[in-house]
Amino acid sequence: MSRAEADAPGAPGAAMAEGAAAHAVTVRAPSPLWTLGLLRNELLTTFRRWRTLALLGVLAAVPVLVGIAVKIETRGGGSAGGDAGAGPAFIAQVTNNGLFLVFTALAATLPFFLPMTVGVVAGDALAGEADAGTLRYLLVAPAGRTRLLCVKYATTMAFCLVATLVVAVTALAVGALLFPVGDLTTISGTRISFGDGLGRALLIALVVAASLIGLAALGLFVSTLTGSGIAAMATTVGLLITVQILDQIPQLHAIRPYFFSHYWLSFADLMRDPVYWPDLLKNLELQALYAAVFGSAAWARFTSKDITT
Amino acid sequence: MHEPPAADGGDGVDGGVIRTRGLTKRYRGGQLAVDGLDLTVPAGSVFGFLGPNGSGKTTTIRMLMGLIEPTSGTARVLGRPMPRSAPTVLPQVGALIEGPALYGFLNGRDNLLRYDAADPTADPRTRAARVAAALDRVGLTAAAGKRAKAYSLGMKQRLGLAAALLRPRRLLVLDEPTNGLDPQGMREIRSLVRELASDGTTVFLSSHLLDEIEQVCTHAAVMARGRLVTQGTVAELAAATRGRLAVTTPDTADAARVLKEHGVADVVVAGDRVTGEPPDGEPAELNAALVAAGVRVRGFGVERASLEDAFVALTGEGFDVAG
Repeated sequence: MSRAEADAPGAPGAAMAEGAAAHAVTVRAPSPLWTLGLLRNELLTTFRRWRTLALLGVLAAVPVLVGIAVKIETRGGGSAGGDAGAGPAFIAQVTNNGLFLVFTALAATLPFFLPMTVGVVAGDALAGEADAGTLRYLLVAPAGRTRLLCVKYATTMAFCLVATLVVAVTALAVGALLFPVGDLTTISGTRISFGDGLGRALLIALVVAASLIGLAALGLFVSTLTGSGIAAMATTVGLLITVQILDQIPQLHAIRPYFFSHYWLSFADLMRDPVYWPDLLKNLELQALYAAVFGSAAWARFTSKDITT
Repeated sequence: MHEPPAADGGDGVDGGVIRTRGLTKRYRGGQLAVDGLDLTVPAGSVFGFLGPNGSGKTTTIRMLMGLIEPTSGTARVLGRPMPRSAPTVLPQVGALIEGPALYGFLNGRDNLLRYDAADPTADPRTRAARVAAALDRVGLTAAAGKRAKAYSLGMKQRLGLAAALLRPRRLLVLDEPTNGLDPQGMREIRSLVRELASDGTTVFLSSHLLDEIEQVCTHAAVMARGRLVTQGTVAELAAATRGRLAVTTPDTADAARVLKEHGVADVVVAGDRVTGEPPDGEPAELNAALVAAGVRVRGFGVERASLEDAFVALTGEGFDVAG
């Protein structure tokens, strides 16, 4: 495949630095590893972007606010959320063990804040590039449509993980700072060590990040449909809100188990002893299904689309 | 290789660096943007691509670059079919399509690093050096650390050009490359294009500045309403359009009468000048006739047709008229 004349000397490279000039003369077959350069660049570009940092900042603020609120509320010695069931899950245990702030913060951000940030990043992934016109230059580089789509999806998933970890780590730090830490009691009433608790917290963070995979695929698909980044972001976040509302309507029980958010809060089952797996597994299966369906749809759309922006 | 070998052997570029046959694009709305285009861009040429706005130039360029799927017909770039061979063809092609597009939140250097990283055949070990060389080539080294958002239109245009020059290219597709540049910048780009062409790079240039095309291009093609009106060398195109006869005289009324009698069409009198389209035959005989009729002739000659005259004659309209 490699063609000698591809890197023929004399063209614009002639005036290059020595190393580059040597490259122009000695033809080197492209290494398969070079294809990862785009993923590396995409990750760098995404996480250096002011907008991404602002989204992560908002997410980091949630556990800080929750922690401070609980601390102030319980200064007199009472327990937060005295009437069981008020506020996010686990909030009542935060004063006894700071580690519970991790679970509380994830339970508080998962219904809306976390998926909203994912919707922004996923919706903007391709539509934003099309909007700015940079998509055409990436494609004539040539990035390759399938490769670019994979890079965008991988980056969106990396964002899901980073966003979840930002919430979890901030919550852990704030929890350890404001409240005592130590052995903890599971939902089932058994005692587990702090180390075991930390392990479960990490596992919960991973499950929460995985819960966002379906929405990420949906957002990416929406992103291939339009040339406007704002429209794609708004549509994805709008879909999220719609599904969250529909999931509250009992009359829709027949279809509710197919909403991507239906099993999101099943991560709490990881705090049972022994762990209660059925809903957790259903959640992961549902996310994989969404990823497969909307990932394929995005691929079919993006690889056949006329790029006119 | 599963594709049939090109008839002219080698990599098929002898048949044209760009070669389209019956290339047609009908958009979903039913609008026919490009209609049966047969375009041949010879290797080593600086090829001017002309046409009024909306004549299908950009759609053609996008089809050549694999961004738009043709409705029918074929396009071969560097001897290979597009868009199927995009992964092997496009690394050898530098393109500036419909103006530059940049990441405003990245600086100039990071913009180029990103575009270079998008090319899976670009060596990451030489990336920094190639980016620096490209920035230097378009005179942006000093502004490389500035965010692209803060760039002027001319600087953005230069950065777009730098992206096209990141690697040695066999073909450069430049859509309106001097747009937004000041006269000095235009001169620099023109000399850059000449320099690249002398190195053997084929340059496919679209521009609405006809004198610019005339200055740098060896070949040209003219599009109107989605169809190719003509293509050939710039000299041929200009020669195909007959120049206008111009007579300078104080006796304009007599001159106009004599010229009409001798078959000069479209006679126009403006000040002390009479112009018209000369008939076939020796122009000197017209001069003799004028003198014989007692017209005092101060100046007599046939003005060479410019590309602009050719363009207007071919498309039947001026520039910037939607076709």
